[in-house]
Amino acid sequence: MSSDTALRADALAKRFGRRGGWALRDCAFRLPTGRVCAVVGPNGAGKSTLLSLAAGLTAPTEGDLAVLGTTPARARHRVGYVAQDKPLYPQLTVAETLRMGADLNPGRWDAELAGHVVEGLDPAARVRTLSGGQRTRVALALALGKRPELLLLDEPMADLDPLVRHELMGTLMGQAATHGTTIVLSSHVIAELEDSCDHLLLVAGGRVRLAGEIDELLAAHLRVSGAAATTDLGPHSVVESRVTGRQLTALIRPAGPLADDWRATAPTLEELVLAHLRGAGAPNPTEERAA
Amino acid sequence: MVEYRIDRHSGVATYVQIVQQTKQALRLGLLRPGDRLPTAREVVEATAINPNTVLKAYRELEREGLVEARRGLGTFVRRALGAAPADSPLRTELEDWARRADAAGLEREDVAALFTAVLDKHFQGDPS
Repeated sequence: MSSDTALRADALAKRFGRRGGWALRDCAFRLPTGRVCAVVGPNGAGKSTLLSLAAGLTAPTEGDLAVLGTTPARARHRVGYVAQDKPLYPQLTVAETLRMGADLNPGRWDAELAGHVVEGLDPAARVRTLSGGQRTRVALALALGKRPELLLLDEPMADLDPLVRHELMGTLMGQAATHGTTIVLSSHVIAELEDSCDHLLLVAGGRVRLAGEIDELLAAHLRVSGAAATTDLGPHSVVESRVTGRQLTALIRPAGPLADDWRATAPTLEELVLAHLRGAGAPNPTEERAA
Repeated sequence: MVEYRIDRHSGVATYVQIVQQTKQALRLGLLRPGDRLPTAREVVEATAINPNTVLKAYRELEREGLVEARRGLGTFVRRALGAAPADSPLRTELEDWARRADAAGLEREDVAALFTAVLDKHFQGDPS
Protein backbone atom coordinates (compact mmCIF):
# COMPACT_ATOMS: atom_id res chain seq x y z
CA MET A 1 0.00 0.00 0.00
CA SER A 2 1.35 3.40 -0.97
CA SER A 3 2.33 5.96 1.66
CA ASP A 4 0.32 8.72 -0.05
CA THR A 5 -2.90 7.25 1.30
CA ALA A 6 -4.18 8.35 4.70
CA LEU A 7 -7.26 6.12 4.79
CA ARG A 8 -8.36 3.29 2.57
CA ALA A 9 -11.57 1.35 3.22
CA ASP A 10 -12.43 -1.82 1.41
CA ALA A 11 -15.83 -3.49 1.90
CA LEU A 12 -15.72 -2.06 5.42
CA ALA A 13 -18.63 -2.95 7.70
CA LYS A 14 -19.36 -2.61 11.38
CA ARG A 15 -22.18 -4.11 13.41
CA PHE A 16 -22.58 -3.55 17.13
CA GLY A 17 -23.55 -6.78 18.84
CA ARG A 18 -24.41 -9.97 17.00
CA ARG A 19 -28.03 -8.97 16.51
CA GLY A 20 -27.55 -5.26 16.25
CA GLY A 21 -28.08 -3.25 13.08
CA TRP A 22 -25.26 -2.40 10.73
CA ALA A 23 -23.71 0.96 11.62
CA LEU A 24 -21.60 0.82 8.47
CA ARG A 25 -21.90 -1.44 5.49
CA ASP A 26 -19.96 -2.04 2.31
CA CYS A 27 -17.87 1.15 2.55
CA ALA A 28 -15.10 1.67 0.04
CA PHE A 29 -13.14 4.90 -0.38
CA ARG A 30 -9.62 6.30 -0.42
CA LEU A 31 -8.44 9.51 1.23
CA PRO A 32 -5.04 10.75 0.01
CA THR A 33 -2.64 12.30 2.54
CA GLY A 34 -2.48 16.08 2.95
CA ARG A 35 -6.21 16.55 2.47
CA VAL A 36 -8.71 18.24 4.74
CA CYS A 37 -11.72 15.94 4.54
CA ALA A 38 -15.28 16.67 5.62
CA VAL A 39 -17.23 13.64 6.79
CA VAL A 40 -20.79 14.79 6.32
CA GLY A 41 -24.10 13.05 6.88
CA PRO A 42 -27.29 13.05 8.94
CA ASN A 43 -27.32 12.11 12.62
CA GLY A 44 -26.82 8.37 13.02
CA ALA A 45 -25.31 8.00 9.55
CA GLY A 46 -22.21 6.18 10.74
CA LYS A 47 -19.76 9.11 10.87
CA SER A 48 -18.62 8.47 14.45
CA THR A 49 -18.34 4.71 13.84
CA LEU A 50 -16.09 5.37 10.86
CA LEU A 51 -13.83 7.70 12.86
CA SER A 52 -13.54 5.32 15.83
CA LEU A 53 -12.60 2.50 13.44
CA ALA A 54 -9.89 4.73 11.93
CA ALA A 55 -8.67 5.59 15.43
CA GLY A 56 -8.34 1.87 16.18
CA LEU A 57 -10.77 1.99 19.10
CA THR A 58 -13.09 -0.58 17.57
CA ALA A 59 -12.45 -3.34 15.04
CA PRO A 60 -14.39 -3.81 11.79
CA THR A 61 -16.92 -6.64 11.63
CA GLU A 62 -16.10 -7.19 7.97
CA GLY A 63 -13.74 -5.74 5.42
CA ASP A 64 -10.59 -3.75 5.90
CA LEU A 65 -9.52 -0.25 6.88
CA ALA A 66 -5.89 0.82 6.38
CA VAL A 67 -4.59 3.92 8.19
CA LEU A 68 -1.39 5.61 6.93
CA GLY A 69 -0.49 2.45 5.08
CA THR A 70 -0.83 0.10 8.05
CA THR A 71 -3.39 -1.21 10.53
CA PRO A 72 -5.26 1.28 12.74
CA ALA A 73 -3.55 -0.19 15.84
CA ARG A 74 -0.02 0.22 14.42
CA ALA A 75 -0.78 3.75 13.19
CA ARG A 76 -2.09 4.90 16.56
CA HIS A 77 0.95 6.90 17.70
CA ARG A 78 0.80 8.85 14.40
CA VAL A 79 -2.92 9.61 14.71
CA GLY A 80 -4.66 12.25 16.83
CA TYR A 81 -8.28 11.56 17.68
CA VAL A 82 -10.87 13.69 19.42
CA ALA A 83 -14.08 11.80 20.11
CA GLN A 84 -17.42 13.53 20.19
CA ASP A 85 -17.71 13.37 23.99
CA LYS A 86 -14.11 14.68 24.46
CA PRO A 87 -12.95 12.14 27.05
CA LEU A 88 -10.54 13.71 29.57
CA TYR A 89 -9.62 13.11 33.20
CA PRO A 90 -12.01 15.43 35.08
CA GLN A 91 -9.85 15.64 38.22
CA LEU A 92 -6.70 16.79 36.38
CA THR A 93 -5.97 20.47 35.83
CA VAL A 94 -5.42 21.93 32.37
CA ALA A 95 -1.64 22.07 33.00
CA GLU A 96 -1.57 18.48 34.33
CA THR A 97 -3.50 17.26 31.30
CA LEU A 98 -0.96 18.83 28.95
CA ARG A 99 1.93 17.41 31.01
CA MET A 100 0.31 14.00 30.61
CA GLY A 101 0.23 14.62 26.85
CA ALA A 102 3.95 15.41 26.90
CA ASP A 103 4.71 12.26 28.95
CA LEU A 104 2.67 10.02 26.66
CA ASN A 105 4.28 11.36 23.48
CA PRO A 106 8.01 11.58 24.22
CA GLY A 107 10.05 13.10 21.40
CA ARG A 108 6.94 14.23 19.54
CA TRP A 109 5.18 16.66 21.86
CA ASP A 110 4.77 20.26 20.68
CA ALA A 111 4.28 22.17 23.95
CA GLU A 112 4.07 25.55 22.22
CA LEU A 113 1.25 24.50 19.92
CA ALA A 114 -0.68 22.76 22.72
CA GLY A 115 -0.26 25.87 24.88
CA HIS A 116 -1.50 28.07 22.07
CA VAL A 117 -4.72 26.08 21.72
CA VAL A 118 -5.60 26.48 25.42
CA GLU A 119 -4.50 30.11 25.58
CA GLY A 120 -6.71 32.09 27.95
CA LEU A 121 -7.73 29.06 30.05
CA ASP A 122 -6.55 28.97 33.67
CA PRO A 123 -3.80 26.29 33.77
CA ALA A 124 -4.75 25.48 37.37
CA ALA A 125 -8.44 24.94 36.57
CA ARG A 126 -9.64 21.35 36.91
CA VAL A 127 -11.11 19.83 33.77
CA ARG A 128 -14.42 19.07 35.53
CA THR A 129 -14.96 22.80 36.17
CA LEU A 130 -14.56 23.73 32.49
CA SER A 131 -17.37 24.48 30.06
CA GLY A 132 -18.02 22.20 27.07
CA GLY A 133 -16.20 24.52 24.72
CA GLN A 134 -13.21 24.84 27.05
CA ARG A 135 -12.99 21.04 27.32
CA THR A 136 -13.02 20.82 23.55
CA ARG A 137 -10.01 23.10 23.44
CA VAL A 138 -8.11 20.96 25.98
CA ALA A 139 -8.95 17.82 23.97
CA LEU A 140 -7.81 19.49 20.75
CA ALA A 141 -4.60 20.66 22.43
CA LEU A 142 -3.84 17.05 23.42
CA ALA A 143 -4.51 15.80 19.89
CA LEU A 144 -2.56 18.59 18.15
CA GLY A 145 0.37 18.58 20.60
CA LYS A 146 1.06 15.01 19.52
CA ARG A 147 1.98 16.36 16.06
CA PRO A 148 -0.11 13.71 14.34
CA GLU A 149 0.16 12.89 10.65
CA LEU A 150 -3.57 12.21 10.66
CA LEU A 151 -6.04 14.11 12.81
CA LEU A 152 -9.52 12.63 13.32
CA LEU A 153 -12.02 15.06 14.80
CA ASP A 154 -15.59 13.98 15.54
CA GLU A 155 -17.90 17.02 15.57
CA PRO A 156 -15.06 19.17 16.94
CA MET A 157 -16.72 22.55 16.57
CA ALA A 158 -20.19 21.78 17.91
CA ASP A 159 -19.86 23.49 21.31
CA LEU A 160 -17.47 26.31 20.42
CA ASP A 161 -18.47 29.95 20.08
CA PRO A 162 -17.97 31.48 16.61
CA LEU A 163 -14.80 33.35 17.55
CA VAL A 164 -13.02 30.33 19.06
CA ARG A 165 -14.29 28.14 16.21
CA HIS A 166 -12.73 30.46 13.65
CA GLU A 167 -9.45 30.66 15.57
CA LEU A 168 -9.20 26.90 16.02
CA MET A 169 -10.08 26.23 12.41
CA GLY A 170 -7.31 28.68 11.51
CA THR A 171 -4.87 26.77 13.75
CA LEU A 172 -5.89 23.48 12.12
CA MET A 173 -5.45 24.91 8.61
CA GLY A 174 -2.05 26.27 9.68
CA GLN A 175 -1.02 22.73 10.68
CA ALA A 176 -2.18 21.42 7.32
CA ALA A 177 -0.24 24.17 5.52
CA THR A 178 2.98 23.73 7.52
CA HIS A 179 3.19 19.99 8.13
CA GLY A 180 0.87 18.59 5.47
CA THR A 181 -1.26 17.07 8.24
CA THR A 182 -4.24 15.12 6.94
CA ILE A 183 -7.36 16.28 8.79
CA VAL A 184 -10.69 14.49 8.90
CA LEU A 185 -13.59 16.44 10.44
CA SER A 186 -17.12 15.21 10.86
CA SER A 187 -20.13 17.46 11.06
CA HIS A 188 -23.75 17.64 10.02
CA VAL A 189 -23.38 21.36 9.33
CA ILE A 190 -21.92 21.60 5.84
CA ALA A 191 -21.55 25.39 5.81
CA GLU A 192 -19.21 25.09 8.80
CA LEU A 193 -16.72 23.03 6.79
CA GLU A 194 -17.16 24.30 3.25
CA ASP A 195 -14.25 26.77 3.13
CA SER A 196 -11.83 24.61 5.08
CA CYS A 197 -12.20 21.23 3.38
CA ASP A 198 -11.03 20.07 -0.04
CA HIS A 199 -12.27 16.48 0.18
CA LEU A 200 -15.73 15.11 0.93
CA LEU A 201 -17.01 11.85 2.35
CA LEU A 202 -20.79 11.79 2.39
CA VAL A 203 -22.14 9.07 4.67
CA ALA A 204 -25.81 8.17 5.00
CA GLY A 205 -27.54 5.06 6.27
CA GLY A 206 -24.21 3.42 7.00
CA ARG A 207 -22.97 3.74 3.42
CA VAL A 208 -20.64 6.09 1.60
CA ARG A 209 -22.79 8.02 -0.89
CA LEU A 210 -20.18 10.29 -2.35
CA ALA A 211 -16.39 10.50 -1.95
CA GLY A 212 -13.77 12.61 -3.66
CA GLU A 213 -12.21 16.02 -4.18
CA ILE A 214 -14.86 18.70 -3.63
CA ASP A 215 -13.83 20.67 -6.75
CA GLU A 216 -14.15 17.59 -8.92
CA LEU A 217 -17.46 16.56 -7.39
CA LEU A 218 -18.91 20.04 -7.97
CA ALA A 219 -17.58 20.15 -11.54
CA ALA A 220 -19.18 16.77 -12.30
CA HIS A 221 -22.68 17.99 -11.39
CA LEU A 222 -25.07 20.59 -12.78
CA ARG A 223 -28.28 22.09 -11.50
CA VAL A 224 -30.63 22.40 -14.49
CA SER A 225 -34.14 23.69 -15.00
CA GLY A 226 -36.53 23.70 -17.93
CA ALA A 227 -40.16 23.23 -18.93
CA ALA A 228 -41.53 20.07 -17.33
CA ALA A 229 -43.49 19.06 -20.45
CA THR A 230 -40.53 19.05 -22.81
CA THR A 231 -37.52 18.38 -20.64
CA ASP A 232 -36.06 14.94 -21.17
CA LEU A 233 -33.31 14.14 -18.69
CA GLY A 234 -32.55 11.25 -21.01
CA PRO A 235 -28.98 10.01 -20.93
CA HIS A 236 -27.94 12.06 -17.91
CA SER A 237 -27.56 10.51 -14.52
CA VAL A 238 -30.20 12.15 -12.30
CA VAL A 239 -29.37 12.64 -8.63
CA GLU A 240 -32.62 14.40 -7.78
CA SER A 241 -35.43 15.97 -9.79
CA ARG A 242 -38.51 17.90 -8.85
CA VAL A 243 -41.47 19.39 -10.74
CA THR A 244 -43.00 22.63 -9.50
CA GLY A 245 -45.92 23.76 -11.64
CA ARG A 246 -44.65 23.70 -15.20
CA GLN A 247 -41.00 23.83 -14.25
CA LEU A 248 -38.68 20.94 -13.70
CA THR A 249 -35.47 21.36 -11.74
CA ALA A 250 -32.91 18.64 -11.33
CA LEU A 251 -29.42 17.97 -10.15
CA ILE A 252 -27.66 15.79 -12.70
CA ARG A 253 -24.35 14.32 -13.63
CA PRO A 254 -24.33 15.32 -17.30
CA ALA A 255 -23.47 12.64 -19.86
CA GLY A 256 -23.12 14.55 -23.11
CA PRO A 257 -24.37 17.98 -24.22
CA LEU A 258 -27.44 19.62 -22.67
CA ALA A 259 -30.54 20.72 -24.55
CA ASP A 260 -30.40 24.40 -25.60
CA ASP A 261 -33.51 25.50 -23.72
CA TRP A 262 -32.25 24.36 -20.31
CA ARG A 263 -30.80 26.74 -17.81
CA ALA A 264 -27.78 25.22 -16.11
CA THR A 265 -25.88 26.48 -13.08
CA ALA A 266 -23.11 25.06 -10.95
CA PRO A 267 -24.43 23.65 -7.66
CA THR A 268 -23.09 24.72 -4.29
CA LEU A 269 -21.63 22.07 -2.00
CA GLU A 270 -24.70 22.24 0.22
CA GLU A 271 -27.04 21.72 -2.76
CA LEU A 272 -24.96 18.78 -3.91
CA VAL A 273 -24.99 17.12 -0.49
CA LEU A 274 -28.71 17.68 0.10
CA ALA A 275 -29.60 16.39 -3.36
CA HIS A 276 -27.62 13.21 -2.79
CA LEU A 277 -29.22 12.71 0.61
CA ARG A 278 -32.75 13.23 -0.73
CA GLY A 279 -32.30 11.68 -4.13
CA ALA A 280 -32.92 8.16 -5.30
CA GLY A 281 -29.28 7.25 -4.77
CA ALA A 282 -29.77 7.45 -1.04
CA PRO A 283 -32.36 5.00 0.26
CA ASN A 284 -34.20 5.98 3.39
CA PRO A 285 -31.93 5.30 6.38
CA THR A 286 -34.80 3.69 8.29
CA GLU A 287 -35.16 1.08 5.53
CA GLU A 288 -31.45 0.47 5.81
CA ARG A 289 -31.73 -0.24 9.47
CA ALA A 290 -34.59 -2.69 8.94
CA ALA A 291 -32.63 -4.55 6.27
CA MET B 1 1.54 43.25 3.07
CA VAL B 2 -1.97 42.50 1.98
CA GLU B 3 -4.67 41.04 4.24
CA TYR B 4 -7.39 38.96 2.61
CA ARG B 5 -11.02 39.19 3.61
CA ILE B 6 -13.11 36.20 2.58
CA ASP B 7 -16.84 36.75 2.04
CA ARG B 8 -18.44 33.31 2.10
CA HIS B 9 -21.81 34.63 0.90
CA SER B 10 -20.59 36.53 -2.14
CA GLY B 11 -21.03 33.62 -4.52
CA VAL B 12 -17.49 34.27 -5.79
CA ALA B 13 -15.17 31.27 -5.43
CA THR B 14 -12.77 31.76 -2.52
CA TYR B 15 -9.61 31.48 -4.63
CA VAL B 16 -11.03 34.07 -7.05
CA GLN B 17 -11.58 36.46 -4.13
CA ILE B 18 -7.88 36.15 -3.24
CA VAL B 19 -6.87 36.77 -6.87
CA GLN B 20 -9.17 39.81 -7.10
CA GLN B 21 -8.03 41.29 -3.78
CA THR B 22 -4.38 40.86 -4.75
CA LYS B 23 -5.02 42.64 -8.07
CA GLN B 24 -6.88 45.40 -6.29
CA ALA B 25 -3.88 45.89 -3.96
CA LEU B 26 -1.58 45.96 -6.99
CA ARG B 27 -3.76 48.55 -8.72
CA LEU B 28 -3.80 50.78 -5.67
CA GLY B 29 -0.06 50.44 -5.15
CA LEU B 30 -0.57 48.76 -1.75
CA LEU B 31 1.51 45.92 -3.17
CA ARG B 32 4.56 46.79 -5.27
CA PRO B 33 7.12 44.81 -7.24
CA GLY B 34 9.44 42.97 -4.84
CA ASP B 35 6.85 42.76 -2.03
CA ARG B 36 6.20 39.35 -0.52
CA LEU B 37 2.67 37.95 -0.44
CA PRO B 38 1.65 36.38 2.89
CA THR B 39 2.55 32.69 3.18
CA ALA B 40 -0.21 30.10 2.82
CA ARG B 41 0.13 29.46 6.55
CA GLU B 42 -0.36 33.14 7.41
CA VAL B 43 -3.44 33.36 5.20
CA VAL B 44 -5.12 30.18 6.47
CA GLU B 45 -4.45 30.97 10.13
CA ALA B 46 -6.20 34.30 9.69
CA THR B 47 -9.05 33.14 7.47
CA ALA B 48 -9.52 29.42 8.33
CA ILE B 49 -9.74 28.54 4.63
CA ASN B 50 -8.12 25.49 3.08
CA PRO B 51 -4.38 25.87 2.28
CA ASN B 52 -4.88 24.48 -1.23
CA THR B 53 -7.25 27.35 -1.98
CA VAL B 54 -4.49 29.86 -1.27
CA LEU B 55 -1.99 27.91 -3.37
CA LYS B 56 -4.50 27.74 -6.22
CA ALA B 57 -4.93 31.54 -6.13
CA TYR B 58 -1.16 32.10 -6.06
CA ARG B 59 -0.70 29.72 -9.02
CA GLU B 60 -3.29 31.73 -10.94
CA LEU B 61 -1.47 35.00 -10.15
CA GLU B 62 1.79 33.37 -11.20
CA ARG B 63 0.25 32.17 -14.46
CA GLU B 64 -0.77 35.77 -15.20
CA GLY B 65 2.82 36.86 -14.60
CA LEU B 66 1.95 39.06 -11.63
CA VAL B 67 3.88 37.16 -8.97
CA GLU B 68 6.62 34.57 -8.79
CA ALA B 69 7.29 31.82 -6.29
CA ARG B 70 10.87 31.69 -5.06
CA ARG B 71 11.72 28.35 -3.54
CA GLY B 72 11.95 28.48 0.24
CA LEU B 73 11.53 32.25 0.30
CA GLY B 74 7.90 32.86 -0.58
CA THR B 75 5.82 34.42 -3.32
CA PHE B 76 6.85 37.85 -4.57
CA VAL B 77 5.22 40.54 -6.69
CA ARG B 78 6.79 40.77 -10.16
CA ARG B 79 4.98 43.71 -11.62
CA ALA B 80 2.43 46.36 -10.74
CA LEU B 81 -0.99 46.47 -12.30
CA GLY B 82 -2.68 49.44 -13.95
CA ALA B 83 -1.41 53.01 -13.84
CA ALA B 84 -3.23 54.39 -10.83
CA PRO B 85 -1.18 53.99 -7.67
CA ALA B 86 -2.68 55.40 -4.48
CA ASP B 87 -0.56 58.58 -4.62
CA SER B 88 -0.90 59.44 -8.34
CA PRO B 89 -1.93 62.97 -9.52
CA LEU B 90 -5.10 61.45 -11.00
CA ARG B 91 -6.13 60.24 -7.58
CA THR B 92 -5.47 63.69 -6.10
CA GLU B 93 -7.68 65.25 -8.78
CA LEU B 94 -10.41 62.72 -8.08
CA GLU B 95 -10.17 63.50 -4.36
CA ASP B 96 -10.60 67.23 -5.16
CA TRP B 97 -13.55 66.46 -7.35
CA ALA B 98 -15.20 64.30 -4.65
CA ARG B 99 -14.69 67.12 -2.13
CA ARG B 100 -16.37 69.59 -4.50
CA ALA B 101 -19.26 67.16 -5.07
CA ASP B 102 -19.70 66.86 -1.32
CA ALA B 103 -19.61 70.65 -0.91
CA ALA B 104 -22.22 70.98 -3.67
CA GLY B 105 -24.53 68.80 -1.55
CA LEU B 106 -24.42 65.57 -3.59
CA GLU B 107 -25.24 62.36 -1.77
CA ARG B 108 -22.97 59.31 -1.92
CA GLU B 109 -25.36 57.55 -4.31
CA ASP B 110 -25.54 60.64 -6.59
CA VAL B 111 -21.77 60.61 -6.82
CA ALA B 112 -21.67 56.86 -7.48
CA ALA B 113 -24.29 57.18 -10.25
CA LEU B 114 -22.47 60.09 -11.84
CA PHE B 115 -19.12 58.33 -11.67
CA THR B 116 -20.53 55.10 -13.12
CA ALA B 117 -22.15 57.00 -16.00
CA VAL B 118 -18.86 58.69 -16.91
CA LEU B 119 -16.98 55.42 -16.46
CA ASP B 120 -19.38 53.63 -18.81
CA LYS B 121 -19.07 56.40 -21.38
CA HIS B 122 -15.28 56.22 -21.57
CA PHE B 123 -14.51 52.58 -20.78
CA GLN B 124 -16.14 49.64 -22.47
CA GLY B 125 -15.92 45.97 -21.85
CA ASP B 126 -15.37 43.64 -18.98
CA PRO B 127 -15.63 45.39 -15.61
CA SER B 128 -13.04 43.07 -14.03
